[in-house]
Amino acid sequence: MIVIVDYGAGNLRSVTNALVRLGYQPKITGRPQDLSNARAVILPGVGAAADTMINLNQLGLIDPIRRFITDGRPFFGVCMGLQILFTGTEEGGWHECLNVIPGQVKKLPDGQKIPHIGWNQVKQQRDHPVFSGIPDEANFYFVHSYYGEPEDKRLIAGETKYGTTICSVIARENMVATQFHPEKSGESGLKMYHNFLKLIAKGS
Amino acid sequence: MLTKRIIPCLDVKDGKVVKGTSFVQLRDAGDPVALSRQYYQQGADELIFLDITATPEGRDTVVDVIESVSEQVFMPLTVGGGLRNVSDMRRMLQAGADKVSINTAAVLQPNLIREGAAKFGSQCIVIAIDAKQVEDRPEPRWEVYISSGQKPTGINAVSWAKKSVALGAGEVLLTSMDADGHQAGYDIELTHTISEAVPVPVIASGGAGVPEDLYLALVKGKADAVLAASIFHYSTYSIGEIKKYLSERGIPIRL
Repeated sequence: MIVIVDYGAGNLRSVTNALVRLGYQPKITGRPQDLSNARAVILPGVGAAADTMINLNQLGLIDPIRRFITDGRPFFGVCMGLQILFTGTEEGGWHECLNVIPGQVKKLPDGQKIPHIGWNQVKQQRDHPVFSGIPDEANFYFVHSYYGEPEDKRLIAGETKYGTTICSVIARENMVATQFHPEKSGESGLKMYHNFLKLIAKGS
Repeated sequence: MLTKRIIPCLDVKDGKVVKGTSFVQLRDAGDPVALSRQYYQQGADELIFLDITATPEGRDTVVDVIESVSEQVFMPLTVGGGLRNVSDMRRMLQAGADKVSINTAAVLQPNLIREGAAKFGSQCIVIAIDAKQVEDRPEPRWEVYISSGQKPTGINAVSWAKKSVALGAGEVLLTSMDADGHQAGYDIELTHTISEAVPVPVIASGGAGVPEDLYLALVKGKADAVLAASIFHYSTYSIGEIKKYLSERGIPIRL
């Protein structure tokens, strides 16, 4: 079972549509016990970090998500689903997040239009199965005003330039997270989900 | 580098595209789903749906359209036209839209921008501004019109753009009523003025006739994205041709 985490915010439909297109039948759920049975978890998200953490907490999902990732099971965080993996965010004052990835989420620097909206290139920093068949510097669709900066630079699998260098893909074994929206990024985005879901087939 | 977006706009009435019926390749020329699929395949960067349906029954059909489109094309979708409150917005976002654009309702109750941004995030809220030039000296001044361009408001377009952004709008969809429909070029001065005035991306709309018009809106108008309807619907230029033209002239474009 592939779980798309439903915490009452954000538009899950696009992620669901992308997975259905790839031939999967994801389960959209906010129940902690569904996470423990899941073969893979996708955490989408738009909106504010603080609200996201409040919602996850109310549903009792904080620890199950943390455990799922630290157990090394296949996890994919999208946009806000990347940002809340960090220690904390400066969005709307300082808010603590899941602290799966030591580091901070910061506001994009002034000097260009914010939010960063549109298609931008992802420079692949190293090999990872999620990049399989996707050309280096392929374009993906971004829409965000904050970005995460991991303390451990080895986690950075992809980078994107917008005023500063943004960590746009995080990958560590079965944990993947993107600042962009693969479900809105055409064929390259679909390919990335396809690659991720193949990790399950490998018996992970 | 962030690429400039090329955005076809589909005017939808009672579930059908009302412009763009000359797409000879399409079996059902007015089908927004088929047209969206075609634009997706041609490399459009985003799609904007403007619902111009007048009746509540007709409005339900646009929800169906968005649901079907979002199952088939994997690109950003914006829906506008007749959205009056947060629950109208939610309905579109749940149907598969990524952003909603609001125009008349935002002018009548600016707090709607704040409410929408608080609920769904600023990145979801596009302020659509229809502007008409009312003075040209000593400096040009543009006035905001509402109700599909029928009603002048007396509001200065530049101040309204700034205020909307301060209230939480994450993007401006700017239509020049003077240029719209003439295919003689975007209003560069208006686009440039608004683009410099707000810290969020600006989508230029109204007046696209030839590829150079899009080039000028991006370079001289400093727009972040350009919207066009007729030149794409009537197959005057394909999206691919326009993108190639712009790319060859040094504009960052997703090819």
